[in-house]
Amino acid sequence: MMRMNRQRLRITFARGEAIKYISHLDLARAWERAFRRAGVPLAYSQGFNPRPKMAFAAALPVGYTATAEMVDILLEKPLAPLDLARRLAVALPPGLQVVSIEEVDLKLPALQSQVRAAEYRVNVVWTGDRADLEARIAALLAASTLPRERVRKGRRRQYDLRPLVEDLKLEDGGVGGYRLWMRLRHGAGGTARPENVLDALGLADVPFSVERTGLRV
Amino acid sequence: MQIAHRLLDRILPTVTMPARYTGGEWNSVVKDWDAAQVRLVLAYPDVYQVGMSNLGLMILYDVVNRQPGFLAERAYAPWVDMETAMRQAGIPLYSLESRHPLREFDVLGFTLPYELNFSNVLNMLDLAGLPVLAAERGENWPLVIGGGVGAVNAEPLADFFDAFAIGDGEEVILEILNACAQAKKSGAGKPELLRALAGIPGVYVPGLYQVMYRDDGTVAAVTPAAPEASPRIVRRIVPQLPPPPVDLVVPYVKAVHDRGMVEIARGCTAGCRFCQAGMVYRPLRERSLPEVLAAVEAVVRRTGYEEIALVSLNSASHPQIEEMVRELIARYSHPPLAVSLPSLRVDTFSVRLAELFQGRRKTGLTFAPEAGSQRLRDVINKQVTEEDLLSTAEAAFAGGWQRIKLYFMIGLPTETLDDVAAIVELVQEVQAVGRRYHGRRAQVNVSVATFIPKPHTPFQWSPLVGEDDLAARLSLLRRGIKGRGVKLSWHAPQTSLLEAALARGDRRLGRVIRHAWQYGARFDAWPEHFDLEVWRRAFAAEGLDADWYARRERSFAEVLPWDHIENGVSKSFLWEEYRRALRSETTPDCRLGCVGCGLAETLGCEGAG
Repeated sequence: MMRMNRQRLRITFARGEAIKYISHLDLARAWERAFRRAGVPLAYSQGFNPRPKMAFAAALPVGYTATAEMVDILLEKPLAPLDLARRLAVALPPGLQVVSIEEVDLKLPALQSQVRAAEYRVNVVWTGDRADLEARIAALLAASTLPRERVRKGRRRQYDLRPLVEDLKLEDGGVGGYRLWMRLRHGAGGTARPENVLDALGLADVPFSVERTGLRV
Repeated sequence: MQIAHRLLDRILPTVTMPARYTGGEWNSVVKDWDAAQVRLVLAYPDVYQVGMSNLGLMILYDVVNRQPGFLAERAYAPWVDMETAMRQAGIPLYSLESRHPLREFDVLGFTLPYELNFSNVLNMLDLAGLPVLAAERGENWPLVIGGGVGAVNAEPLADFFDAFAIGDGEEVILEILNACAQAKKSGAGKPELLRALAGIPGVYVPGLYQVMYRDDGTVAAVTPAAPEASPRIVRRIVPQLPPPPVDLVVPYVKAVHDRGMVEIARGCTAGCRFCQAGMVYRPLRERSLPEVLAAVEAVVRRTGYEEIALVSLNSASHPQIEEMVRELIARYSHPPLAVSLPSLRVDTFSVRLAELFQGRRKTGLTFAPEAGSQRLRDVINKQVTEEDLLSTAEAAFAGGWQRIKLYFMIGLPTETLDDVAAIVELVQEVQAVGRRYHGRRAQVNVSVATFIPKPHTPFQWSPLVGEDDLAARLSLLRRGIKGRGVKLSWHAPQTSLLEAALARGDRRLGRVIRHAWQYGARFDAWPEHFDLEVWRRAFAAEGLDADWYARRERSFAEVLPWDHIENGVSKSFLWEEYRRALRSETTPDCRLGCVGCGLAETLGCEGAG
């Protein structure tokens, strides 16, 4: 009965420098508490330990900033997106900002399952030659396979990085180094992280910062 | 100068839980640095997740930041990986709010929760780029002060601090900061400021006292060495609890107790003889039902916490506790608010309360009979009978709980192996009750700690249990409490000697603490970092014996190193309680009638008479 009124809203948000070091779980908790402060009528799961109905598109690694992350929330009572934005403006901690809010169909599959790629802007602090870096990028993109190794949960695993790199280019700008832009596969078909690409470019030990600029659904 | 983000960005990606070092939490207060007359940094000598669960620090943060002229920020002990990274990068310990190095503050105020944090205090001073010895800091700011329960015997820390605040901090912290503001304005030197501080009731300036020792190593006298220093420093008490802080700082990183806190009462009337908090937070001061409800309302609205703890030493004894819990559960059904009571009594009323606040969740209940035999419970004045425990367990298991946790201590005064065997029997009986209701799914978890005699308690004269006795008792428990449906856990007994020695130590231990820190001691409360060998070497370097401090029976005639700290509960009452303990005589809860602890005469107590 009450379910008839339920509403699913998709919030696109930015994470700034102030809280880039918090973990994905910390971020989820920060959102949950912001919703409570804002008096947002989140729907909760049934059971002994009710959890708010919130689903993020993708976990944001510790240390990354972001400009267009997404979270779907389910509301017990409908709320105009503008109203929600107004309430959140005074309840979100420094470093979290709403970019946009839209209503989405309740029946759409989970947000997480829809993400297929993510875009990143990566600043590397590196004083090497620009032409050299461009050549490395070209070589990477020209390769048909890029066998790499990663360690996950203590187990070494071989994988091919090449199909996971959809696009990679050198942009203008960059402080004390260069600025890269890349679109990497994300989701069930495999996920690559900017660190993997830097590694493959021979920039493994170079200081860098990452901003996730978009999730492709 | 503030530590630059650029600098931190170089080290933070390399350390565990970097968000502990970046601040910016909801409700954290960043005031105008230049506009503040006096700048205080509140320091907690353990990691962020532990320190953020401390209500005392949060109260002072709130009180000071409410004052227009003052500013309070926070600092916690960096974990070992961060310490290494900071030292390598040359980054001094900084505050979370404005990232100013601690040495740029006017006042550095340590919360002293307990003895095993002492080495961290020195390490934090050093990380701040300050000499650890007060004498070597000379005329320079910041002033280094300490408070909290660890300050009731501050003698082992006397070399490192300029002053201690004894007792409730809400009022005295502002008086101290006012004195600092005066000194800054008039350009008065540190000696002058320290004498001014010594004139504030409840402030102990250790440098203005001289300690003399007898040939046998005991204290002969602690005497004032300046006219402003009073022979006795009387503990501060706020007669009525001021409104509780509601703009609690909400951490991003999960704190040990990741929830909102509302203090519903301070002080306790039960009179358990082992309990330091029960003696040093007297008298009992309770908040009314409306005040608590309003505070919870504000905390929920302003923090967004999904859980609220009703904090006190004995929450179930608040006269309106049942109404309080009922009302909170009714008010916050959607979104749901979890309510927790950190201390339940061993009685069926407490089970009924738990029914209310745990609802259908029934995660587990914890009770603390503390001792196994009736005789020993009488000795420690823990007014719980075997019948109480069994009927409580019965109510809990019948109410649907399948898991019960029981707290006991070993090494209590007069304890014999028979008393320890009684723990095993009691656990078996509780387990039998559980089996009747839940069969093999019933679970009794037993947690055992070593009793540490603490200053300002009736057991302050009593020796710490010997190592061999402790081993024998633990082994008896391990043999008796095993198998399906029971689990035994115990707190690292090897830290007991250090904790006991420091708790009742004198000023000479300052040099021992300094050696231990220089040899690498830190995070002594963390089993993976505690190294008894380091401390043994430190004691040996000073020709002192930890056993002499911890395991010596003291006489009434002996001058205790903390005798000049007037807690309000009289020494003669404590001694009488000790004698009664040795005769297994109990003393009733003073709610039922004044027991003459001395507080009514010294500091005042409304319940008396």
